Amino acid sequence: MNRAFAFRAIGLAALVALAALPWMADNYVVRVATTMLMYCALALSWNFIGGFTGYPSFATAAFFGLGAYVGGVLQNMGLFLGLAWLAAGLVVVVFAAVTGRAILHLKGHYFAIASLVIADVLREIINGLTSITGGGMGLNLTAPAMGVEAQSRLFYFSMAVVAAVALATTVWLDRSRLGFGLRCIEQNEDAAIRIGVGTARLKTIAFALSSVFVGIVGAIYASWTVYIDPSEAFDILISVKPIVMTLLGGAGSVLGPVYGAFLFLLLEETVWRNFLHVHSGVLGLLVVLLILFMPRGLLGAGSRLRVATWLRPERAAKRRAGS
Amino acid sequence: MLYLQILINGVLLGGLYSCIAVGFSLVWGVLNIINLLHGSLMILGAYAAFFAHAAWGIHPFLFAPVAGLLLFLVGLALQAGIVNRVMGAPVLITLTLTFGLNLMLDNAMIVAFKADYRKVILDPPLGLLELGNLLVPLDRLYVMALALLLVAGLYAVLRFTSVGRAIVAVRMDRDAAALMGVEVKRIYALTFAAGAFMAGAAGSLMSVIFPISPLTSNAFLGKAFVICVLGGLGSTPGVMIGGILLGVLESFGTLWLGPDFSTTIAFVLLLALLVFRPSGLMGRKGFE
Repeated sequence: MNRAFAFRAIGLAALVALAALPWMADNYVVRVATTMLMYCALALSWNFIGGFTGYPSFATAAFFGLGAYVGGVLQNMGLFLGLAWLAAGLVVVVFAAVTGRAILHLKGHYFAIASLVIADVLREIINGLTSITGGGMGLNLTAPAMGVEAQSRLFYFSMAVVAAVALATTVWLDRSRLGFGLRCIEQNEDAAIRIGVGTARLKTIAFALSSVFVGIVGAIYASWTVYIDPSEAFDILISVKPIVMTLLGGAGSVLGPVYGAFLFLLLEETVWRNFLHVHSGVLGLLVVLLILFMPRGLLGAGSRLRVATWLRPERAAKRRAGS
Repeated sequence: MLYLQILINGVLLGGLYSCIAVGFSLVWGVLNIINLLHGSLMILGAYAAFFAHAAWGIHPFLFAPVAGLLLFLVGLALQAGIVNRVMGAPVLITLTLTFGLNLMLDNAMIVAFKADYRKVILDPPLGLLELGNLLVPLDRLYVMALALLLVAGLYAVLRFTSVGRAIVAVRMDRDAAALMGVEVKRIYALTFAAGAFMAGAAGSLMSVIFPISPLTSNAFLGKAFVICVLGGLGSTPGVMIGGILLGVLESFGTLWLGPDFSTTIAFVLLLALLVFRPSGLMGRKGFE
């Protein structure tokens, strides 16, 4: 039995387990699994712009919140659930293409800040549009008319479909010409321009790709939790968590974000669920430890726990210089 | 007359804003790190001033340099222990690291000080200065004067001392500075600590005119961003003018659009500037 076969067998087993889960496990587990699939979709989406293209985007919260509100408002106007979700994805992808055109010429810190601020501007606008969005009081949605079990299955499988499509897109991108172009930009944008990569167009596509699934997931999340408010829907942590997950798993890899999302959720549910009042502090500690000791993630090339490097930076530098 | 009053309010606010932003700008320019801790370091300074005032009755104006020194030490420890290890890493890494540190510090402050709003109440209050129909709250006037004094002090240090010249040299060209015998790592640590000093001192001044809570740190961080982009990186006078400009803009924004939208103006302005003039109104090109 070779490794590729074993790998496929494990993958298949995981798929079967995921499909059977809503009938096997209790509501709590299904809820956690739904969250995990949502995290997968978010991390895979960020990987398009942050991992493949190497642009430090903090726009995930903007796409998420916008998708949640577009989906929520449309649903309240009486649109069929699935259509409202798709419409949210459509609005978000157009929004991302337009803003991407405007800010993707920025580099480094300036791009990071510009992408971060989008969410703040959207939050304030939605806060102000009280007649449509309910403003700071939030937006109430009606739950679909079906049993509780059926509802939890509906949202579980909806999230699963989005996560699966995001994963399939990643697999395709990994082998496509477009993905190659994005990797060129990540390596050296000036050189990419020299050899004829249309960087502006490619970056915009990557940014739009990184938005569409987030928008849909945001809309599903809104229907799922039945209530959204601006400060929660545009929370900066929604931008940061996918980055942490992707870094945890290995940025730019295909399955890294999936592993990262799984591990992250595991930590979230087991470790800091028990320390509610220091929840964000423990998340911060995780981020710091991750950056210091494992900056390339689990799947990154040459990744090793770097405790030794941290303790003796000079010696590690010497070793690097020598090798 | 109303406009003149609003203008005065804005300028009074802008002085403090400059003081908050100048340390942030220094760290960004020299270390090429966006220090997301800056707002929280400032709040920490404000808490130090609050407790010094509550326990020993020390006036926050007098306490400002002490708060600065305390934060200087905190900054030195952070830089030497943690931040120095990611120097030169991609933006994503440094930004995420300071974000994580900020989460920890904010959380620690909420646990230690609670999220309630506190404020230093001066006894007796400083009162108002009346110039015809114009009102100038004296506490704000003094805060502005002291804040601008601190900014001028930092400018003088950068301009006239050998350490300051070394910091500027590292900002201009790290490798060339290293070849001239500047110990770059030491300069990094000192610069980060100096940024923290300014944050702590600004926080101490702030405690007199604004309520203090860990929840407000990000609002001040956002303002520091806007001011840096307004004034351009790497110029202390630019930051000073950017700070006052933001103060004035916010005052007029509050007048015309209501208090809810005063922060929105800052963010929209920031986005517009980033898109059209990423090197700032007065910044030089070449700072990434």
